[in-house]
Amino acid sequence: MRGTRAAGLTRREKYDAAQRRRSLLIAATSTALVLAALIVFIPMAPGWEKVQSSFFNGAVLAKSFPKLLDAFLVNVMIFAWSAPLIALLGLAIALARDAKSPALFPLRLFGAAFTDIFRGVPVILTVYLIGFGIPGLGLPRPWNSPYIWGSLALILTYSAYVAEIFRSGIDSVHHSQRAAALSLGLSERQVMRDVVLPQAVRNVVPSQMNMLIALQKDVSLLSFIGPVEIFRQAGVFKSLLANFTPYVGAALIFLAVTIPATRYADYLMAKQSQARR
Amino acid sequence: MAKLALRGVVKRFGDATVCDGIDLDVDAGQMVCLIGASGAGKSTLLRCINLLEPIEDGEIRLDGEDISVPGLDPHPVRARIGMVFQNFNLFPHMTAIENAMLAPRRVHNKTRDDVRDEIEALFTRFGLADRMQNYPDQLSGGQQQRVAIVRALAMRPDVMLFDEITSALDPQLVGEVLDVLLALKAEGMTMLLATHEMGFAREAADKVCFLKDGKVIEEGPPAQLFDAPQHPETQRFLARAVK
Ligand SMILES: Nc1ncnc2c1ncn2[C@@H]1O[C@H](COP(=O)(O)OP(=O)(O)OP(=O)(O)O)[C@@H](O)[C@H]1O
Ligand SMILES: [Mg+2]
Repeated sequence: MRGTRAAGLTRREKYDAAQRRRSLLIAATSTALVLAALIVFIPMAPGWEKVQSSFFNGAVLAKSFPKLLDAFLVNVMIFAWSAPLIALLGLAIALARDAKSPALFPLRLFGAAFTDIFRGVPVILTVYLIGFGIPGLGLPRPWNSPYIWGSLALILTYSAYVAEIFRSGIDSVHHSQRAAALSLGLSERQVMRDVVLPQAVRNVVPSQMNMLIALQKDVSLLSFIGPVEIFRQAGVFKSLLANFTPYVGAALIFLAVTIPATRYADYLMAKQSQARR
Repeated sequence: MAKLALRGVVKRFGDATVCDGIDLDVDAGQMVCLIGASGAGKSTLLRCINLLEPIEDGEIRLDGEDISVPGLDPHPVRARIGMVFQNFNLFPHMTAIENAMLAPRRVHNKTRDDVRDEIEALFTRFGLADRMQNYPDQLSGGQQQRVAIVRALAMRPDVMLFDEITSALDPQLVGEVLDVLLALKAEGMTMLLATHEMGFAREAADKVCFLKDGKVIEEGPPAQLFDAPQHPETQRFLARAVK
């Protein structure tokens, strides 16, 4: 940014550098103190040894970890086919709710009912109702799979949220953009497709990233209706080894995925608010 | 017959009458300037002509055809009327040339190759040849406004409407945009503009209309309107504006 700079620092630069060193030092010292306190005091708690052996047991972790990773692939799979469908359905619902022509009024009504219902019911309830309810109809072989209906429950719930985010994105595009596009002779549809939507989608990428992260975690709810994904696999190990460490292992695997993703979403968000300025 | 003719145009927002029976003629190849205080209804009138706002009463005729008939499909009419806005309103997610190619592609079903030569020529003509691949936020205000003019011209409009197109510009960038208007006038474009640039209106306009509270108070050739205004309201406005 500063481009080429003479070797000597200005007064201001020297001052800024000193300030930076100072805050770095303070931050490092206080972090070290807190960590030291944790390391010293937690093991002094009376139940620490029990907690350590049942939650942070190295041997159990080593034993269960590979299987947990395998099970996590199931999560990834369910996530991978649900996410694109959620994006499509969410966009469709958002557009349906913004439909202007009177012939499409039923579509608007449907969109509103859809978002109200699926945002209003806890995900786990939707998973239960659809995941147990629909296979209960006695459908033939592949169609009674909890993978299908569990995924559908997630897709419906998340589409409702994603649709609302798309709608806020559409609202965030300034109306003068619409006026400019209309003044050129574009139809309402063309204005939406070529001018409003591309800007709307771009504006909501960070929010949608956060939805993806939430979805990745909520895939675990399907464990309640059958699929052996990572949470369920950890439960199997817990019963087998009478130890909670597998749950900690599962949490670590989630964090390995969600922390980078969250950082990335935050980065996008920061970049965007900077661009707006 | 006037290229663009307004007869008794009335526009209301709720109880507020923003255009109150406006008569106005713009002949082919003429440049007509609308002047008047903030809130006089200049922008609203331009938006009505481009059918961005429906009018409550009166008629708007383009080449003799009434374009204000309720229920008329506005899109083909808008394609014949170019409009340029105060804040440019370029599409920020497209390069300058993509901005200009969008409407010909969508409305006239042309391909990029069909229109590229013509549009590149427009960019070149207005000193933007090396800016075609830039995004709007990489351009100065004056450049953005010239791109917006090129974007409207790419539709080969019959009439151009300009709404205070230099008001958002730094003073040193105003000239380059006004030069574009002069070039268009020289080539015979029919233009109606709302402006606060009194000097420019006096130099370049064929006719100047003074608007107040949604009415045309006085109109005439610039020499007459600026140097010998008849109506006391016009005199008062000009006394304040040409300070
Ligand atoms: N969409 C709208 N709804 C309600 N009132 C409006 C709307 N648009 C404009 N107005 C009102 O109409 C009046 C005329 O506004 P207009 O923008 O046409 O004035 P103007 O002559 O262009 O002023 P300026 O020189 O500030 O641009 C104003 O009082 C304004 O508040
Ligand atoms: Mg205005």
